[in-house]
Amino acid sequence: MLHYFLKRLLGLIPTLLIVSVLVFFFVHMLPGDPARLVAGQDADEQTLALVRSELGLDKPLPQQFVSYFTHLFEGDFGRSIRTRRPVSTEIAERFMPTLLLTLTSMVWAVVFGMAIGIASAVFRNRWPDRLGMTLAVSGISFPAFALGMLLMQIFSVGLGWLPTVGADSWKHYILPSLTLGAAVAAVMARFTRASFVDVLHEDFVRTARAKGLNERIVILKHCLRNALIPVVTMMGLQFGFLLGGSIVVEAVFNWPGVGRLLVDAVAQRDYPVIQALVLMFSLEFILINLVVDLLYGVINPTIRYS
Amino acid sequence: MTDTATELVSPVSATTGEAVRTPLREFWRRFRRQPVALAALTFVVLLTLLAVLAPWIVPFDPENYFDYDQLNAGPSWSHWLGVDPLGRDIFSRIVMGARISLATGLASVALGGLVGTTLGLLAGYYEGWWDRIVMRICDVLFAFPGILLALGIVAILGGSLFNVVVAVSVFSVPAFARLVRGNTLVLKRMTYVEAVRSIGASDWTILVRHILPGTVSSIVVYFTMRLGTSIITAASLSFLGLGAQPPTPEWGAMLNDARADMVNAPHVALFPSLAIFFTVLAFNLLGDGLRDALDPKIDRK
Repeated sequence: MLHYFLKRLLGLIPTLLIVSVLVFFFVHMLPGDPARLVAGQDADEQTLALVRSELGLDKPLPQQFVSYFTHLFEGDFGRSIRTRRPVSTEIAERFMPTLLLTLTSMVWAVVFGMAIGIASAVFRNRWPDRLGMTLAVSGISFPAFALGMLLMQIFSVGLGWLPTVGADSWKHYILPSLTLGAAVAAVMARFTRASFVDVLHEDFVRTARAKGLNERIVILKHCLRNALIPVVTMMGLQFGFLLGGSIVVEAVFNWPGVGRLLVDAVAQRDYPVIQALVLMFSLEFILINLVVDLLYGVINPTIRYS
Repeated sequence: MTDTATELVSPVSATTGEAVRTPLREFWRRFRRQPVALAALTFVVLLTLLAVLAPWIVPFDPENYFDYDQLNAGPSWSHWLGVDPLGRDIFSRIVMGARISLATGLASVALGGLVGTTLGLLAGYYEGWWDRIVMRICDVLFAFPGILLALGIVAILGGSLFNVVVAVSVFSVPAFARLVRGNTLVLKRMTYVEAVRSIGASDWTILVRHILPGTVSSIVVYFTMRLGTSIITAASLSFLGLGAQPPTPEWGAMLNDARADMVNAPHVALFPSLAIFFTVLAFNLLGDGLRDALDPKIDRK
C-alpha cells in the first residue's frame, strides 16, 4: 500500500512538468500586451520598453522559458504584474478561504446528497423518492450564481440573519457553501440512488434479510458499503467541479479566494498568477484522484494494490 | 442500445395485427407513458418556437427602448415582467435571451458532439495507439472542471459569444468520445458487422452506415442532458463578464447587471434566474425521459 502510494506520488512529477510546459505556452498565447496594461493606456514607447525589460518580457521566448523553469524549481513563481507582490504570497493569502469553502460545501453536499439518495432508493417510487428526486433535478438545473443571489436576497437582505459578503466569521460560510454544494448534493443524490437500487437486488442482501437481520443494519452496513465505490468515484469528480464552481460562487459573494483571483488575473492578463494558479489546480486534481484510488482499497478490501 | 441497432439493420417483421413495431414506434410508446417528460418536451417545443419567433413577438426593443418613467418598475400590464434599472422591458429581453441561450447551447453541444463522436468512433473502431492517445486526453479533459477550461479558452480567444460556444463545446468532447467509443467497441464485434465486412464494405461504410446508427440513441440522450449543462456554463461565463457583453440580453449577463440594484429591484434578477432554471430543468427532465424510453433494460422489469 505504502509502496503503491510512493510510486503514484513519484508519477506525479512528469505529469506536473508537462502541465507546466503547456501552461507556459498557453499563457504566452494570450492576446494583449501585459506591459501595456502595467504602464497604462497613455504610456509612450520608452516607458513601455522600460516596463517590458523590468518584467523580463523583452527577452526571447526560449530564454523566458528557461528562467521561468529555474525559478519554478526554486519555488519562485515570480511577481504579480498587477500588484507587484510575489505570486506565492498572493495565492497563500487566498488559498485558505477557498479550501475551507470547498470542504464545507463537500461535507454537507455528500452527507445530504447520500441521505436523500439512500432514502429514495429504499422508498423507491413512493413519496420520499419523488420528493428527493424532484429536489435533485432542481438542484442540477439551478445555476449557482442565481441560487447565490437568491439566498443572499432572502437571508441577508430580506431577513438580515446572515452577512452578505466577505469571509470573516463562520456565518459568512453558510450561504456560499450552501450555494456551492447544492449542485453536488443533487448529483450525489441521483448517483447514490442509482447505485443503491442496483445493490438492493443483490443476493447477499436477500441473505442478510433472510437470516433475520434488522433492516437498518442491512441497509447501513451491507448495502451502503457496496454501493459506495461508484459514489466515491463520483465524489472525486465532483471535487473538481467544486473547485471550478467556486470561481462563480466567489464572484457572487465577493469571496477573497483563489477563484476570484483567477478571474481577475485572466481579465487583467496577469500571467504569472494565471500560470501558478493553473499549476496549483492541476496538482489538486491529481492529488484528489490519488486519494480516490486509495479510498477504494479502504472501502473494498478485495482491491489490492501492487 | 444493441437491440435498437439490430432492429435498425434488419427491420423486425412482427406484424401483430395493427401496426409494425418499428424502433421509433416502440420508443414513442415508452416515451408517451411519462407525463413529466411529455411536459418537458412541450415546454422545449414552445420555448424553441418563442425563440425562433422572438423578433416578431417582443413588445419592445430589447436593447434600445428606454422607458424613463418606469425605471425599476415591477410587473404591470404594459411590462409583463417589469422594467430594469435602465428602463428596458424585461419580458422582451428574456424572450430575446431565449434565442441566445438556446442557440449557444445547441451550437456548443452540436460542435462538441460532432468532434467527440468522430473521435470516439475512430478510437473504438481502430483501437491501438490512436485509441490510447484519444482516451488519455479525454481523461485529462474530463477531470478538469468545465468552467475552468472554458475560462482558459475565453482568456486566449477573448470574450465574445462565439468564443463562449467554442469554449463550452470543448468540454462536451470527452464525454461524447467515451460514450461512442464504448458502444463502438461492442457493436463492431457483432455478427452483422462481420457480415457487412465479408461482402466487402469499406471501413467508412461500416462506421457511418452500420455502427453510427447503433449509437444514435445514446447520443440523443446525452445530447439533451448536455444541453442543460452547456446553457448554465455559457450563462456563467457571461455572468463573470467574459461572454456576451452588455447590452446583449443574455440571461447570465442580465443577472450580472441586476446585481448592482438587488435591494431596490429584486425582480430584475428573479426573472432571468427563473428563465435559466426552467429551461435547464426542461432539458434535464427530457433527457431523463428519453433515457428511460430508449433503454430497453427498463422495459424488461
